[in-house]
Amino acid sequence: MTQVVEAGAAGSSAAVKAGHAAAAAGGMAREFLTFRLGEEEYGIDILKVQEIRGYEAVTAIANTPSFIKGVINLRGTIIPIVDMRIKFNLGNVEYNIFTVVIILNVAGRIVGMVVDSVSDVISLSAEQMRPAPSFAAGLDTQYIMGLGTVDSRMLILADIEKLMTSSDMALTDMAVQ
Amino acid sequence: MTIDMSQFYQVFFEESAELLGEMERLLLELDVDAPGKDELNAIFRTAHSIKGGAGTFGFNEITETTHILESLLDKLRNDQLRLKSEMVDVFLKAVDVLKMQLAGRQSGSEVDAQAVADICQRLHELADGKPAAPVAAAPAAVAPVAAMTAVKAAPGASAPTALDPAPVDPSPENLYAILTGAAVSAAAVAAASPPDAEAFGLFAETPVQPGDADVPRRRATDAAAEAAPKTGRRAGDRAEAAEASSIRVGVEKVDQLINLVGELVITQAMLAQTASRVDPVLYESLMNGLATLERNTRDLQESVMSIRMMPISFVFSRFPRVVRDLAAKLSKQVELKTVGEGTELDKGLIEKIADPLNHLVRNSLDHGIETPDKRVAAGKDPKGTITLRAFHQGGNIIVEVADDGAGLSRARILAKARERGLAVSDDMPDQDVWQMIFEAGFSTADVVTDVSGRGVGMDVVRRNIHGMGGSIEISSLLGSGTCISIRLPLTLAILDGMSVGVGKEIFIIPLTYIIESLQPAPGDIKTISGQGRVVQVRGEYLPVVALHEKFNLKSNVADMDKGIMVILESEGAKTALFVDELVGQHQVVIKSLETNYRKAQGISGATIMGDGKVALILDVGALVRLSKPELLKAA
Repeated sequence: MTQVVEAGAAGSSAAVKAGHAAAAAGGMAREFLTFRLGEEEYGIDILKVQEIRGYEAVTAIANTPSFIKGVINLRGTIIPIVDMRIKFNLGNVEYNIFTVVIILNVAGRIVGMVVDSVSDVISLSAEQMRPAPSFAAGLDTQYIMGLGTVDSRMLILADIEKLMTSSDMALTDMAVQ
Repeated sequence: MTIDMSQFYQVFFEESAELLGEMERLLLELDVDAPGKDELNAIFRTAHSIKGGAGTFGFNEITETTHILESLLDKLRNDQLRLKSEMVDVFLKAVDVLKMQLAGRQSGSEVDAQAVADICQRLHELADGKPAAPVAAAPAAVAPVAAMTAVKAAPGASAPTALDPAPVDPSPENLYAILTGAAVSAAAVAAASPPDAEAFGLFAETPVQPGDADVPRRRATDAAAEAAPKTGRRAGDRAEAAEASSIRVGVEKVDQLINLVGELVITQAMLAQTASRVDPVLYESLMNGLATLERNTRDLQESVMSIRMMPISFVFSRFPRVVRDLAAKLSKQVELKTVGEGTELDKGLIEKIADPLNHLVRNSLDHGIETPDKRVAAGKDPKGTITLRAFHQGGNIIVEVADDGAGLSRARILAKARERGLAVSDDMPDQDVWQMIFEAGFSTADVVTDVSGRGVGMDVVRRNIHGMGGSIEISSLLGSGTCISIRLPLTLAILDGMSVGVGKEIFIIPLTYIIESLQPAPGDIKTISGQGRVVQVRGEYLPVVALHEKFNLKSNVADMDKGIMVILESEGAKTALFVDELVGQHQVVIKSLETNYRKAQGISGATIMGDGKVALILDVGALVRLSKPELLKAA
């Protein structure tokens, strides 16, 4: 598997991504929260996760992209909810008692994202992380920090802060201006 | 052990800013010919305090500047030197230089060393009693000289020669001395206009001249008598306010307190909602307790809101200086009046309204008020008046900038609008014509000055006002003047609103915009060109905005005559908002959408209802504005 990844990666971008992953790892193990979207498993930095909730009582906002479901009241604060399944055209989009919302605290904002299910928190050391391939499935490669391997699972390690603050997500006014 | 002083820097900067503001205010109110001992001492103390603070932190350049200023002030207060009006100008310039030096220390901005050196030298010269070098005193002297040349063109051949600035010491006192040698009528006019040109009615200044005529003295003392009670009274008010004890509290603490009170209001609303389903007779004591809780919560809320309220004088206080400098630069005579300085508004709004007001005042001065000769030719007093007025009205605060200048020219605005391809018609109501000046790049100025005329400012002003949740209206009469009125919500945090239902959603409409709600009769709703809809209300046709269309919702109501029309008014225009039903009236706590999300179109904020769900608050101004182009297109 290692050979496949290295062969597929272009020279300079692989070096950059490897450097980035290594620098980010800082030589120590980092903890990732893993969740499923469709058939794929993703991992995000656990420090960015505030809490995990169910899906309820979302107030819709007009004239917003379909993946922005609306806003909810989180103990007195109004936060937006985005549905990653709609955004990346993955999985079965339904809302029931099993639907999970991960509340993130990124770039000073609190945002909630709907995913299919949440697995566990995994520690990954630098050896277990690999640079990302330059082609992408649903997620644009600029948001992928790397690939993690645990047993037989492959985790797509996403830079969730960069993703949520990007103009793609249309969550911040940067997108408008 | 060395203590890290940088943690105290912020306090020093804040206090110095306050002290400089105080110094500027005292200087502007100073009576040049009879400066009060108390006032001179107060000015001395502000300079001394800044010097001390700067010395503690090692800001040597500030210490030096304030030291020279302080020595000169010391001589003045000990009667070793006599105060001259040009000294006041130099002091005001020194205040500017100190502000620049402080900003340099605080944010690293550039400090013009030449300006600092100039002002220090000027202060030294004044302390040594040297007469003003023409360069430094030029701006102060030019205005009175210009005013006098304008007025004195007719009388006396001796007058023009006396007005040559070069061979004569241009300080006002010497000029008066020369002019009183001329005809009495010339002296009378001369004495009357210099106090106006320099003082703008703010100084109780009487020109001191040897052997002056009775007429000018009487007129001058009348002006002085009228101005003195005003300054005396103001000084008295300020002294009282300064003595009342106060505590310096960080804004974050106050905001935290307001948030907590907001949460309390929401919790109390939830309790009230739950209790409404309970048998009131059985649980009478519970109901009484809840009623008392509601009263207490409301009182607590009002008290806490008022902590953030500050009098608008904080904003108005900077304008005497702005008007003085700008009028001198434009060679116009302007008096600034302020009404309702004690009107309070939220601190956040005070900071945001300063810039728009500044722009409006500068506009009034530049385009509104005419030059003295034009005014005299039009039969007006050569001295124009700009009035800043603030007052409460309903749940809002209104701030007005009015001038008695030339007014807006409807014809010129319409012509300019046509030139730029904007949709206009000759019988547009005045209100709509005046609103055109807010379009970006719009200017009917013939000449672009560095003050205004480029057409950039009004657009930004309107955007800023709307950003605060306010609205701006203009009224004007050609030849008489213009009044620009800004309406702002009193608080940013709590709102009285009416909840309306559209489909499954609930929206809140701020009560201050609602005129009435009605159920239209089937025949009252008409279409225009098959596109826009209007509803007839007591003879008036109002454009209809259907909320379910604007927000892509499914309405529960089949026909428009089965729903409710809510008549809204904003910025002088009325609109009928179509909704399914009226739900209720509540006091809601405004929660910001922008904190974690961003500005949504047509929505000004969100709130949490009694059942814990989020309800969106409509931005009425935006909705009303949205309805206008529909009608204009259809027309």
